[in-house]
Amino acid sequence: MTDFISNPDAKHKSGKATKIALRWFLLLLLLIFALYYLMPLFVMVTTSLKSLEEIRTGSLVALPREVTFDAWKTAWSGACTGIQCQGLQPYFWNSILIAVPAVFLSTLFGAMNGYIIAHWKFKGANLIFSMMLFGCFIPFQVVILPMARVLGMMGLAGSIQGLIFVHVIYGLGFTTLFFRNYYVSIPGELVKAAKVDGAGFFRIFWSIFLPLSLPIIVVTVIWQFTQIWNDFLFGVSFSQAGTQPITVALNNIVNSTTGVKEYNVDMAAAIIAALPTLFVYVVAGKYFIRGLTAGSVKG
Amino acid sequence: MKITHILAAASAVGFLASTTAMAGPEAEVLHWWTSGGEAKSVAVLQQEFSDNGGTWTDMPVAGGGGDAAMTALRARVLSGNAPTAVQLKGPAIQEWYEEGVLADISDVAKAENWENLLPAAIAGHMKCEGTWCAAPVNVHRVDWIWANAKVLADNGISLPTTWDEFNAAADKLMAAGITPLAHGGQAWQDATVFEAVALGILGPDGFRKAFIDLDEATLTSDAMIAVFDQMRKMRGYVDGNFSGRDWNLATAMVMNGEAAFQIMGDWAKGEFMAAGKVPGKDFLCISTPGDGYLYNVDSFAMFAVKGDDKKAGQQLLAKLIMGKNFQKVFNLNKGSIPARTDVSLDEFDSCALLSSQDMATSNSNGSLLPSYAHGMALRGAQSGAITDVVTAHFNSDMSSADAVKMLVEAVKNSM
Amino acid sequence: MSDWLERHVPKMVLAPSFAAILLFVYGFIAWTGWISFTKSRLLPKYEIIGTLQYERLFISPRWDTALNNLFIFGALFIIISMILGLILAIMLDQKIRTEGVLRTIYLYPMALSMIVTGTAWKWILNPGLGIESVVRGWGYESFSFDWLVNPEYAIYTVVIAGVWQASGFVMALFLAGLRSVDEEIIKAAQVDGIPTSRIYSAIIIPSMAPIFLSSFIVLAHLAIKSFDLVIALTGGGPGYATDLPATYMYTMAFSRGDIGQAASSAMVMMLVVFAIVVPYLYSELRAKND
Repeated sequence: MTDFISNPDAKHKSGKATKIALRWFLLLLLLIFALYYLMPLFVMVTTSLKSLEEIRTGSLVALPREVTFDAWKTAWSGACTGIQCQGLQPYFWNSILIAVPAVFLSTLFGAMNGYIIAHWKFKGANLIFSMMLFGCFIPFQVVILPMARVLGMMGLAGSIQGLIFVHVIYGLGFTTLFFRNYYVSIPGELVKAAKVDGAGFFRIFWSIFLPLSLPIIVVTVIWQFTQIWNDFLFGVSFSQAGTQPITVALNNIVNSTTGVKEYNVDMAAAIIAALPTLFVYVVAGKYFIRGLTAGSVKG
Repeated sequence: MKITHILAAASAVGFLASTTAMAGPEAEVLHWWTSGGEAKSVAVLQQEFSDNGGTWTDMPVAGGGGDAAMTALRARVLSGNAPTAVQLKGPAIQEWYEEGVLADISDVAKAENWENLLPAAIAGHMKCEGTWCAAPVNVHRVDWIWANAKVLADNGISLPTTWDEFNAAADKLMAAGITPLAHGGQAWQDATVFEAVALGILGPDGFRKAFIDLDEATLTSDAMIAVFDQMRKMRGYVDGNFSGRDWNLATAMVMNGEAAFQIMGDWAKGEFMAAGKVPGKDFLCISTPGDGYLYNVDSFAMFAVKGDDKKAGQQLLAKLIMGKNFQKVFNLNKGSIPARTDVSLDEFDSCALLSSQDMATSNSNGSLLPSYAHGMALRGAQSGAITDVVTAHFNSDMSSADAVKMLVEAVKNSM
Repeated sequence: MSDWLERHVPKMVLAPSFAAILLFVYGFIAWTGWISFTKSRLLPKYEIIGTLQYERLFISPRWDTALNNLFIFGALFIIISMILGLILAIMLDQKIRTEGVLRTIYLYPMALSMIVTGTAWKWILNPGLGIESVVRGWGYESFSFDWLVNPEYAIYTVVIAGVWQASGFVMALFLAGLRSVDEEIIKAAQVDGIPTSRIYSAIIIPSMAPIFLSSFIVLAHLAIKSFDLVIALTGGGPGYATDLPATYMYTMAFSRGDIGQAASSAMVMMLVVFAIVVPYLYSELRAKND
């Protein structure tokens, strides 16, 4: 889409000066919003760079008098998450092992489901879609106990596979929604033409739909990765020693009822735990736009 | 295909995790002690466990005073994969026993003579229908006042021994522009102050009737109205920004001299100590006005598990938890006092000594009482219902009479 | 491939997902419904005792508060996040040179776990530590911002933090939508001299209906499940003024050992969601299928 405000073809009577002022105003507004979004991060970063002594005596929301990276080091490799004081490090891999397959599988299923619901309508397809959508709303607190039973019966209790399974199941509603909503805007004539040419169900998906899907794959991956990486409730309920994800470790560092609180380590740990998701946002964000442009050229 | 590789890798990790244990006693221990000092304290137990040939698998889940750990525990039990030993306390132990999932550790308890080493009230919590089903770790006292020595001296105030004295001192501090009571407005902290006030005003017998027997007459008595009246006064003694404040930030206010008193269990001592403050010199400790002693005892319960290695692990763990060395080292770290009464207290500080003396006295005169606010006196549903009323009253302008009425209804509704 | 197979492949591919949803969503809802008629405490029991749990629920003042809060929080959170997300997306779409950076700034809150971000917000919103004390420090002594500690207004601070967390993702969805609108149509409209605001309101925004559906579902789902947010920011307080059904249910089930009560609250909550979401889904899906 083109921008209108600076577009010389746009038939506005506003002069150049007004246009420039307008753009500055726009930028100013965007920056003000950026401040709102950055405020907590500012507090977290500054706190993580302070010593505990300074936190105890000074204002909680002020710049550090003396910058120290000790808290970061502690959070990564020294903070106690139980008897072991190895920081977040050991839990990091568990989260990767859970999140990567779970995101991949739920995105794959979502793409197939969305493709079917948008272009291979059969009787009841819409009902199935509605039921899947409503499934998004089930509160996870309700799921824990019966799910524990089922995982026990499947022999997946406390395992990484069990957690992958749970995340894939409860991600289906959203991934299907995203793909379906994206695929409905692809003209049905395309499918009909391909069918006439003799292409089958999988062939059409593979050579027509998949190449067009980059933007929505990026949106889905961002969503699923965030949800799964940041999940605590499933992680704490369906893991055991050795399979606990990073959020459980983060919680163990942060949430102590009767112990001494080390806010600097807490904040550093929180930022470290969020780095993979942030990484996904920065990288995917780029492809997000690129993919969209590419998509619109082909479409 | 790629995905099979990933899954294979994932299952390999899971497999390793479940088979690293070798023969010999083994235990997977679910607990919520994860902060620096606490973790160090439990590490002592792990060390002793492995010195005795055991394999300890750590399963820490912190948060909400054990709420998150209890969530994990339910899921683990329902999936038929219960941890070997679990940090549990108060009537929750008996509740889990009634579900038929706890193991019997009477053999160890009898061999080690627990009956005579523990105060009767505390031993009672460790038994389920006559059998021993849990091992106590420590005794936290809840009804403490922590005070800034300098602030009191500067304002000519001595430690209060009645609630009237407390109020007089607080009024004087208010006039001098100092916040009398450092408090964090979280439900459990409100409940902690409430039960200290209740113990002082109702007395030990009244406290027992109200918060253990849930006796309706006591819950609606004039004395209970007086308790809420005092709570309303306390509300006036906290600063304007107390809502949601963590307890340790309230402790810091006392440390910095912004506030004079804090009512909190003896884990608050850890914060003072961590900041290099000295008991008796920089900060003072005294029990809240009135007789009695409110305890909060941490303990471990053993869950029914299959396998001789795990059963051996449970026996060994139970024995070590009640061992003299662990009881001493753990409690030195944690700010509490040992549950068994024959541990030498030479290395403990003056507040711990006071706590120990008071526990002995109150044990002999029957005023050694379980803390309701910390889940020692009542089942979760009942204590939760009471806390709802306490915190609703404290954070609104509800009258004491209304609060008492609400209290009775809430207790009835929680049955 | 036989004709029959070709016709039924889509159904067979969809079947596993559908079966999973049937069992793990609807099966579990049925299970919860059953439990809500029992006296389950610490662990589920299956002996039916009638509607006691619902009676207990409806006389509980705390549940009253929780349900009210869901309406206040849910409505404000969804509406504000959508409006903010749309505005940000439209503004970012004006060929802003720093778009990449700004987009990441708006999006990053989603990446952070509320377990800790809640603490940062708690400090910012606390009158003695955060905004109020900073502004007063600048010399505006009468400035007051004490919502967090005021039982009447505390729920709005939860909205502030919630919007902060979710609106960036909504912005991303809308941005994706804006960029996929057919440029030819817009060019044609411009040539016809239709004003920009009118192009947005009459052409672009209506064409993004599926995006609105997605954002609504995403936001409603977050609103209903808001749990970490409340626990970390207010802990449900002051008192239980910011309790939500999700926190009520969790407290009952897991910290109070009152699973029957938790199940009844879950059922009521799902009925409410059903009553709001189903008509919306119906109208959205029908509009596109006629």
